[in-house]
Amino acid sequence: MMKMNYIAALKVLHELRTDEIVITTMGSAREWPRISNHPLDFHYIPSAMGQAPALGLGLALARPNRQTWVLNGDGAMLMNLGCLVTVIASGARNLTVFVLENQIYEVTGGQQTAAGALSAKVDLAGFARSAGFPVVARFETLDDWRAQAASLLKQSGPRFVVLAVEPVGEDYLLESPGPLPERLAGFQEALAGV
Amino acid sequence: MEYPAEQVVSQLQALAVTHVVWLPDSAMGPWETAFEHSTTFKLVRVCREGEAWAIAAGLHLAGCRPLVMIQNTGLFESGDAMRNVLFDLKLPLAAVIGYRSYLVSGSTDTARQFTEPVLDAWGLDYAIVRSSQELPTISRHLSACRNGGKPGVVLIAEGRM
Repeated sequence: MMKMNYIAALKVLHELRTDEIVITTMGSAREWPRISNHPLDFHYIPSAMGQAPALGLGLALARPNRQTWVLNGDGAMLMNLGCLVTVIASGARNLTVFVLENQIYEVTGGQQTAAGALSAKVDLAGFARSAGFPVVARFETLDDWRAQAASLLKQSGPRFVVLAVEPVGEDYLLESPGPLPERLAGFQEALAGV
Repeated sequence: MEYPAEQVVSQLQALAVTHVVWLPDSAMGPWETAFEHSTTFKLVRVCREGEAWAIAAGLHLAGCRPLVMIQNTGLFESGDAMRNVLFDLKLPLAAVIGYRSYLVSGSTDTARQFTEPVLDAWGLDYAIVRSSQELPTISRHLSACRNGGKPGVVLIAEGRM
Protein backbone atom coordinates (compact mmCIF):
# COMPACT_ATOMS: atom_id res chain seq x y z
CA MET A 1 0.00 0.00 0.00
CA MET A 2 1.27 3.45 -0.89
CA LYS A 3 1.80 5.52 2.22
CA MET A 4 1.03 9.20 2.48
CA ASN A 5 3.09 11.90 0.91
CA TYR A 6 4.76 13.72 3.81
CA ILE A 7 3.81 17.25 2.82
CA ALA A 8 0.27 16.23 1.84
CA ALA A 9 -0.23 14.73 5.29
CA LEU A 10 0.93 17.96 6.88
CA LYS A 11 -1.32 20.03 4.65
CA VAL A 12 -4.36 18.29 6.08
CA LEU A 13 -3.24 19.44 9.50
CA HIS A 14 -2.41 22.90 8.29
CA GLU A 15 -5.90 23.36 6.92
CA LEU A 16 -7.35 22.54 10.34
CA ARG A 17 -4.93 24.66 12.32
CA THR A 18 -6.42 27.72 13.99
CA ASP A 19 -4.52 29.03 17.00
CA GLU A 20 -2.62 25.98 18.17
CA ILE A 21 0.99 26.09 19.31
CA VAL A 22 2.94 23.91 16.86
CA ILE A 23 6.34 22.41 17.68
CA THR A 24 8.22 20.89 14.77
CA THR A 25 11.39 18.83 14.91
CA MET A 26 13.67 16.91 12.57
CA GLY A 27 11.86 16.25 9.26
CA SER A 28 8.78 18.24 10.16
CA ALA A 29 10.94 21.27 10.90
CA ARG A 30 11.98 21.15 7.25
CA GLU A 31 8.53 20.50 5.75
CA TRP A 32 6.09 22.45 7.96
CA PRO A 33 7.68 25.85 7.22
CA ARG A 34 7.00 25.23 3.52
CA ILE A 35 3.28 25.52 4.26
CA SER A 36 3.08 27.50 7.50
CA ASN A 37 4.41 30.79 8.77
CA HIS A 38 2.69 31.40 12.06
CA PRO A 39 3.98 33.17 15.18
CA LEU A 40 3.04 30.17 17.30
CA ASP A 41 5.17 27.81 15.19
CA PHE A 42 8.44 26.87 16.85
CA HIS A 43 10.90 24.88 14.82
CA TYR A 44 12.87 23.02 17.46
CA ILE A 45 16.27 23.23 15.79
CA PRO A 46 18.86 22.71 17.12
CA SER A 47 17.19 20.14 19.31
CA ALA A 48 17.91 17.33 21.70
CA MET A 49 16.54 14.56 19.53
CA GLY A 50 13.61 12.86 21.20
CA GLN A 51 12.68 15.77 23.44
CA ALA A 52 10.13 17.60 21.29
CA PRO A 53 7.12 15.96 23.02
CA ALA A 54 8.60 16.98 26.38
CA LEU A 55 9.09 20.54 25.20
CA GLY A 56 5.52 20.53 23.96
CA LEU A 57 4.31 19.14 27.27
CA GLY A 58 5.94 22.02 29.11
CA LEU A 59 4.15 24.47 26.85
CA ALA A 60 0.87 22.60 27.24
CA LEU A 61 1.14 22.70 31.03
CA ALA A 62 1.91 26.40 30.93
CA ARG A 63 -0.97 27.16 28.55
CA PRO A 64 -3.75 24.73 29.55
CA ASN A 65 -6.38 26.59 27.58
CA ARG A 66 -4.43 26.40 24.34
CA GLN A 67 -3.85 23.30 22.25
CA THR A 68 -0.24 22.29 21.60
CA TRP A 69 0.69 20.09 18.65
CA VAL A 70 4.03 18.33 18.39
CA LEU A 71 5.05 17.07 14.95
CA ASN A 72 7.49 14.34 15.85
CA GLY A 73 9.32 11.70 13.85
CA ASP A 74 9.24 7.98 14.55
CA GLY A 75 13.00 7.81 15.15
CA ALA A 76 12.69 10.63 17.67
CA MET A 77 9.66 9.00 19.26
CA LEU A 78 11.56 5.76 19.74
CA MET A 79 14.23 7.67 21.64
CA ASN A 80 11.80 8.79 24.30
CA LEU A 81 8.85 6.43 24.63
CA GLY A 82 8.74 7.06 28.37
CA CYS A 83 7.53 10.55 27.60
CA LEU A 84 4.17 9.08 26.61
CA VAL A 85 3.74 8.00 30.22
CA THR A 86 4.96 11.37 31.44
CA VAL A 87 2.30 13.11 29.35
CA ILE A 88 -0.48 11.05 30.89
CA ALA A 89 0.91 11.37 34.42
CA SER A 90 1.05 15.15 34.03
CA GLY A 91 -2.69 15.40 33.51
CA ALA A 92 -2.28 17.65 30.47
CA ARG A 93 -5.29 17.35 28.17
CA ASN A 94 -4.28 19.86 25.55
CA LEU A 95 -1.38 18.09 23.86
CA THR A 96 -1.40 16.18 20.60
CA VAL A 97 1.65 14.20 19.51
CA PHE A 98 1.75 13.48 15.80
CA VAL A 99 4.32 10.96 14.63
CA LEU A 100 5.37 11.17 11.00
CA GLU A 101 6.42 7.57 10.59
CA ASN A 102 8.74 6.68 7.73
CA GLN A 103 10.91 4.13 9.57
CA ILE A 104 14.14 5.88 8.70
CA TYR A 105 16.39 8.61 10.01
CA GLU A 106 15.70 10.82 7.07
CA VAL A 107 17.74 13.85 8.03
CA THR A 108 20.92 11.80 8.31
CA GLY A 109 20.46 10.23 4.91
CA GLY A 110 17.84 7.55 5.27
CA GLN A 111 19.27 4.90 7.57
CA GLN A 112 16.75 2.48 9.02
CA THR A 113 15.55 2.91 12.58
CA ALA A 114 15.81 -0.16 14.77
CA ALA A 115 12.06 -0.54 14.42
CA GLY A 116 12.28 -0.16 10.68
CA ALA A 117 14.75 -2.99 10.49
CA LEU A 118 12.34 -5.41 12.12
CA SER A 119 10.22 -7.69 10.02
CA ALA A 120 7.29 -7.26 12.39
CA LYS A 121 5.90 -3.74 12.56
CA VAL A 122 6.39 -1.86 15.84
CA ASP A 123 3.07 -0.40 16.88
CA LEU A 124 3.78 3.09 18.21
CA ALA A 125 0.07 3.68 18.60
CA GLY A 126 -0.01 0.63 20.84
CA PHE A 127 2.59 2.19 23.12
CA ALA A 128 0.46 5.33 23.41
CA ARG A 129 -2.67 3.32 24.05
CA SER A 130 -0.90 1.37 26.76
CA ALA A 131 0.35 4.58 28.35
CA GLY A 132 -3.23 5.74 28.64
CA PHE A 133 -3.77 8.17 25.78
CA PRO A 134 -7.54 8.43 25.38
CA VAL A 135 -7.33 9.30 21.69
CA VAL A 136 -5.01 7.17 19.56
CA ALA A 137 -5.12 6.73 15.81
CA ARG A 138 -2.95 5.58 12.96
CA PHE A 139 -3.49 6.55 9.34
CA GLU A 140 -1.91 4.98 6.31
CA THR A 141 -3.83 6.70 3.53
CA LEU A 142 -4.38 10.34 2.84
CA ASP A 143 -8.08 9.78 2.23
CA ASP A 144 -8.56 8.25 5.65
CA TRP A 145 -6.51 10.92 7.37
CA ARG A 146 -8.34 13.71 5.56
CA ALA A 147 -11.70 12.19 6.35
CA GLN A 148 -11.09 11.74 10.07
CA ALA A 149 -8.66 14.46 11.09
CA ALA A 150 -11.19 17.12 12.04
CA SER A 151 -13.35 14.88 14.20
CA LEU A 152 -10.30 13.36 15.84
CA LEU A 153 -8.97 16.77 16.82
CA LYS A 154 -12.28 17.67 18.43
CA GLN A 155 -11.96 14.84 20.92
CA SER A 156 -10.64 15.53 24.37
CA GLY A 157 -6.93 14.83 24.61
CA PRO A 158 -4.21 14.11 25.01
CA ARG A 159 -4.06 12.62 21.54
CA PHE A 160 -1.52 10.50 19.71
CA VAL A 161 -1.67 10.20 15.96
CA VAL A 162 0.63 8.17 13.74
CA LEU A 163 0.80 9.22 10.11
CA ALA A 164 2.50 6.61 7.93
CA VAL A 165 4.37 8.63 5.33
CA GLU A 166 6.72 8.01 2.47
CA PRO A 167 10.27 9.31 2.87
CA VAL A 168 10.68 12.65 1.19
CA GLY A 169 13.37 10.96 -0.84
CA GLU A 170 15.26 14.00 -1.90
CA ASP A 171 16.28 17.22 -0.26
CA TYR A 172 16.31 15.33 2.99
CA LEU A 173 19.06 17.28 4.68
CA LEU A 174 17.84 19.62 7.34
CA GLU A 175 17.97 23.27 6.43
CA SER A 176 18.34 25.95 9.05
CA PRO A 177 15.04 27.69 9.69
CA GLY A 178 16.96 30.83 10.57
CA PRO A 179 18.81 32.24 13.56
CA LEU A 180 17.60 30.72 16.80
CA PRO A 181 17.68 33.86 18.98
CA GLU A 182 15.29 35.68 16.67
CA ARG A 183 13.01 32.68 16.29
CA LEU A 184 12.94 32.09 20.01
CA ALA A 185 12.24 35.74 20.81
CA GLY A 186 9.40 35.84 18.31
CA PHE A 187 7.91 32.65 19.68
CA GLN A 188 8.09 33.88 23.26
CA GLU A 189 6.47 37.13 22.26
CA ALA A 190 3.66 35.23 20.59
CA LEU A 191 3.26 33.01 23.65
CA ALA A 192 3.06 36.02 25.91
CA GLY A 193 0.05 37.16 23.97
CA VAL A 194 -1.98 33.99 24.45
CA MET B 1 21.15 13.06 55.90
CA GLU B 2 17.53 14.16 55.96
CA TYR B 3 16.29 17.49 54.78
CA PRO B 4 12.91 18.58 56.15
CA ALA B 5 10.35 18.80 53.39
CA GLU B 6 8.69 21.92 54.74
CA GLN B 7 11.99 23.77 54.64
CA VAL B 8 12.58 22.70 51.05
CA VAL B 9 9.08 23.79 50.11
CA SER B 10 9.63 27.19 51.69
CA GLN B 11 12.80 27.55 49.64
CA LEU B 12 10.89 26.82 46.46
CA GLN B 13 8.19 29.26 47.47
CA ALA B 14 10.83 31.92 48.01
CA LEU B 15 11.91 31.32 44.43
CA ALA B 16 8.29 31.54 43.22
CA VAL B 17 8.70 28.16 41.58
CA THR B 18 5.61 27.20 39.56
CA HIS B 19 6.54 23.63 38.62
CA VAL B 20 8.94 21.07 40.06
CA VAL B 21 9.89 18.68 37.28
CA TRP B 22 11.41 15.71 39.00
CA LEU B 23 12.72 12.24 39.13
CA PRO B 24 13.64 11.84 42.79
CA ASP B 25 16.36 9.92 44.54
CA SER B 26 16.23 8.56 48.05
CA ALA B 27 17.07 11.91 49.68
CA MET B 28 14.35 13.75 47.76
CA GLY B 29 11.78 11.01 47.98
CA PRO B 30 10.51 12.04 51.42
CA TRP B 31 9.57 15.45 49.98
CA GLU B 32 6.99 13.94 47.65
CA THR B 33 3.92 14.31 49.84
CA ALA B 34 4.73 17.93 50.64
CA PHE B 35 5.29 18.65 46.95
CA GLU B 36 2.06 16.95 45.95
CA HIS B 37 0.15 19.11 48.40
CA SER B 38 1.86 22.35 47.52
CA THR B 39 -0.58 25.07 46.60
CA THR B 40 2.11 27.19 44.99
CA PHE B 41 3.68 24.79 42.53
CA LYS B 42 2.76 21.72 40.54
CA LEU B 43 4.74 18.48 40.66
CA VAL B 44 5.55 16.99 37.25
CA ARG B 45 6.90 13.45 37.25
CA VAL B 46 9.14 12.30 34.43
CA CYS B 47 10.32 8.85 33.37
CA ARG B 48 13.87 9.85 32.45
CA GLU B 49 15.83 12.93 33.40
CA GLY B 50 16.32 14.29 29.90
CA GLU B 51 12.61 14.93 29.71
CA ALA B 52 12.83 17.16 32.76
CA TRP B 53 15.03 19.72 31.02
CA ALA B 54 12.82 19.87 27.93
CA ILE B 55 9.62 20.15 29.93
CA ALA B 56 11.19 22.89 32.02
CA ALA B 57 12.21 24.65 28.81
CA GLY B 58 8.64 24.65 27.53
CA LEU B 59 7.37 25.96 30.84
CA HIS B 60 10.01 28.68 30.92
CA LEU B 61 9.31 29.81 27.36
CA ALA B 62 5.69 30.35 28.34
CA GLY B 63 6.60 32.44 31.37
CA CYS B 64 6.57 29.88 34.19
CA ARG B 65 9.33 29.30 36.73
CA PRO B 66 10.15 25.61 36.64
CA LEU B 67 12.74 23.81 38.73
CA VAL B 68 14.42 20.61 37.59
CA MET B 69 15.00 18.19 40.46
CA ILE B 70 17.02 15.04 39.71
CA GLN B 71 19.93 12.99 41.03
CA ASN B 72 23.48 13.41 39.76
CA THR B 73 23.17 10.11 37.91
CA GLY B 74 20.26 11.74 36.09
CA LEU B 75 22.44 14.74 35.36
CA PHE B 76 24.80 12.45 33.51
CA GLU B 77 21.94 10.76 31.68
CA SER B 78 20.36 14.00 30.60
CA GLY B 79 23.42 15.70 29.16
CA ASP B 80 22.12 16.23 25.65
CA ALA B 81 18.79 17.63 26.77
CA MET B 82 20.54 19.92 29.24
CA ARG B 83 23.05 21.02 26.61
CA ASN B 84 20.26 21.92 24.26
CA VAL B 85 18.10 23.98 26.60
CA LEU B 86 20.90 25.69 28.51
CA PHE B 87 23.33 26.34 25.69
CA ASP B 88 21.42 26.21 22.39
CA LEU B 89 18.22 27.82 23.63
CA LYS B 90 20.17 29.72 26.31
CA LEU B 91 17.46 29.37 28.92
CA PRO B 92 18.49 30.24 32.49
CA LEU B 93 16.92 27.19 34.07
CA ALA B 94 17.42 26.15 37.66
CA ALA B 95 18.09 22.70 39.04
CA VAL B 96 18.42 20.97 42.38
CA ILE B 97 20.52 17.85 42.00
CA GLY B 98 21.07 15.08 44.50
CA TYR B 99 24.80 14.61 45.16
CA ARG B 100 24.99 10.88 45.76
CA SER B 101 27.65 9.71 48.23
CA TYR B 102 28.99 13.20 48.91
CA LEU B 103 28.76 12.60 52.66
CA VAL B 104 30.21 9.10 52.54
CA SER B 105 33.75 9.23 53.80
CA GLY B 106 36.17 7.60 51.38
CA SER B 107 33.45 6.88 48.87
CA THR B 108 34.58 5.43 45.56
CA ASP B 109 31.19 6.07 43.99
CA THR B 110 31.89 7.28 40.47
CA ALA B 111 28.69 9.31 40.55
CA ARG B 112 30.34 11.35 43.29
CA GLN B 113 33.69 11.57 41.53
CA PHE B 114 32.33 12.96 38.30
CA THR B 115 29.64 15.35 39.52
CA GLU B 116 31.65 18.51 40.08
CA PRO B 117 34.08 17.93 37.17
CA VAL B 118 31.08 17.54 34.88
CA LEU B 119 29.40 20.70 36.17
CA ASP B 120 32.70 22.54 35.80
CA ALA B 121 33.06 21.24 32.26
CA TRP B 122 29.62 22.59 31.39
CA GLY B 123 30.53 25.89 33.05
CA LEU B 124 27.53 25.72 35.34
CA ASP B 125 27.40 27.80 38.49
CA TYR B 126 26.68 25.51 41.43
CA ALA B 127 26.52 25.56 45.20
CA ILE B 128 26.42 22.69 47.65
CA VAL B 129 23.97 22.18 50.51
CA ARG B 130 25.70 19.98 53.08
CA SER B 131 23.13 20.05 55.86
CA SER B 132 19.59 21.18 56.54
CA GLN B 133 21.00 24.37 58.05
CA GLU B 134 22.33 25.22 54.61
CA LEU B 135 19.00 24.81 52.81
CA PRO B 136 18.62 28.59 52.38
CA THR B 137 21.45 28.23 49.87
CA ILE B 138 18.80 26.95 47.47
CA SER B 139 16.91 30.21 47.21
CA ARG B 140 19.98 32.38 47.64
CA HIS B 141 22.07 30.74 44.93
CA LEU B 142 19.30 30.13 42.43
CA SER B 143 18.00 33.69 42.84
CA ALA B 144 21.47 35.04 42.20
CA CYS B 145 21.79 32.93 39.06
CA ARG B 146 18.35 33.96 37.84
CA ASN B 147 19.15 37.62 38.44
CA GLY B 148 22.34 37.10 36.50
CA GLY B 149 20.39 35.60 33.61
CA LYS B 150 22.22 32.29 33.80
CA PRO B 151 21.43 28.70 34.75
CA GLY B 152 22.01 27.63 38.32
CA VAL B 153 22.47 24.36 40.13
CA VAL B 154 22.25 23.46 43.80
CA LEU B 155 23.73 20.11 44.83
CA ILE B 156 22.12 18.38 47.78
CA ALA B 157 24.73 16.37 49.68
CA GLU B 158 23.66 12.82 50.30
CA GLY B 159 25.05 10.02 52.39
CA ARG B 160 23.82 6.88 50.76
CA MET B 161 24.76 5.02 47.62
